[in-house]
Order: sequence, then structure tokens, then C-alpha cells
Amino acid sequence: MAQTSVIQGSAATRAGILPLAFAGLLGVFIVGFAGFAHMDVVHNAGHDYRHSMAFPCH
Amino acid sequence: MSVFRNAIFLAAIAGLFAGIVMTGLQSVFTVPLILQAETFESAAAPADHHHGEEAQAAPAAHSHDHGEEAWAPADGAERTFYTGLVNIVTGIGFALLLVAASEIAGGIRSWRAGLVWGFAGFAVFTLAPGLGLPPELPAMPAADLVARQAWWIFTVCATAAGLALVAFRTAPWLALVGVALIVAPHVIGAPQPLSHETAVPDGLHHSFVVAVTMTSLVFWLAMGAAVGTLRERFAAGLEAPRHSLA
Repeated sequence: MAQTSVIQGSAATRAGILPLAFAGLLGVFIVGFAGFAHMDVVHNAGHDYRHSMAFPCH
Repeated sequence: MSVFRNAIFLAAIAGLFAGIVMTGLQSVFTVPLILQAETFESAAAPADHHHGEEAQAAPAAHSHDHGEEAWAPADGAERTFYTGLVNIVTGIGFALLLVAASEIAGGIRSWRAGLVWGFAGFAVFTLAPGLGLPPELPAMPAADLVARQAWWIFTVCATAAGLALVAFRTAPWLALVGVALIVAPHVIGAPQPLSHETAVPDGLHHSFVVAVTMTSLVFWLAMGAAVGTLRERFAAGLEAPRHSLA
């Protein structure tokens, strides 16, 4: 996190991009697993959710 | 680390809120229609006083076995509980995406700005994929699952990228590329079943498409507004690098 001190202004937020990208990636994994996993147990538990969110289901 | 931690906290609270809202909406507007459609699925063969539809509907509809091999929640409270759980978990997942994207673009600074971001999420995750692949009810025929999932993911990515180019890039040609990205998945077209014939009545399906679209819209607007309202509490952490320069 030391490299942030070199950059000024709006570019300073660039230091925040990597952690934000990780947060977004975590979101992709969660949504992907709940909405797309082909495991029967996940499908059955989330069945009504998948239909209600218009994920392709069965 | 604090940017990551603050993004997670903000997304967790907004996602929890939107997930609870969504569970309530679903139990009133979409789940009753799913249960109604399932009666066509399990009772496709018995004397349905339609003109011989069941002969075609039965093989066309994908097999959809509840708990024949794998565990499935029992109908009633248990099923509602798992639907609610998945809603909350994925609400947090969608909120993570919303927070990450909006923070990179500068952050959602009011609940009204949150509504705009929420509408963008709705357009990306519901509207665009729903044009090619309308919400399906059980017992409805559909093309190959993997092909539909691939088209869905492609459409979501292209629409998100297209909207970002239109909204955040100043060069006119990039806006045009954005428009092309939004249109492209629909020019290619979603995988469709060989026949759309089903035992599910048109009216029921229409009601379901409207219910899914509107509940999703409210879900996204609630989440966007929640992020916009709550962000101030986490703003110091989310903008830590900038503050440390002051």
C-alpha cells in the first residue's frame, strides 16, 4: 500500500481498484455458483430462486 | 485492506436488505406461479382436457425431478427457507458486483444515484438476457442448458461493457462500440427450443414474465438505493488512499 503515496488526485483511487476487483470477483463466484452450478443439491435448493431470477434452469 | 473490507461490509448490508425484500416479493408474486406450473409438469399425462397436447408436451419438457436422487427441500416452509437463503446470499453477490463497479466509477453518493445504478444492474442482469431467454416456468421446453447459460453470461458481459462504454467514455466512437456490444447478443440470438409447445398456458407464462421482471427491478432499485444511502458510513474506508494524501 506504500505505492499509493506517489500518485495524486483521482489516480490515487487506482490503488483501490485491485481490492475492488477482488470484491467483484467474489460476487461473480457467489452469483455463478448459486445460479449456474449443475450440482443437483444446489439446483434443488435454489430452484425457485433460479426461476424467479430468470436464470436458465434445467 | 480497508478498501476491500469496506466494500464487503457495504455489499453485505445492502445485499442482505435487497435479498430480504426479494424473498418477500417472490413469495407473493413469482413462487405461486412456479408452483402452479409444476402441476402441469407432474400431471402432464393425466386427462388434461386439451387437444392432445400432452403427447408432445411430455417429451418436449425437460425432465425435472424433485428429489428423486438428490436432496431437495420439502415443499412448504423448508423450500421457502432455502429460497430466502439463496436470495440473501446472491443478493450479497450482486451487491459486491454493484459496489465494485460503482466504486471504480467514483462511488454511489446518494440514494437517487443508487436508483440509476440499480436500474443499470436490472438492465444488465434481467432485461438484456430476458429478451432472448424470457423467464421460464417449470414444464416449459428449452434449448440445451449449457448453451443457454453461455448465451446468458455472454449477454450480461456484453451489456455491462456496452453500458460502461456509453456512460463513462467520452470518445464518441467508444459509445458506438458500446451500443454495438449491447445489440450484438440479440443479433446472434439466444438458443431456442425446437418447439415452444407446452402444457403451461400462455396466460400463466405471461404473468410470470411480468412478475419476474418487476420483482427483479424492485430488487435492483432497493439494492442501489441501499448502497447509495449506506455508502457514506463506509466512504472514509473506500476512499482511504485519497484521504491518506491530504
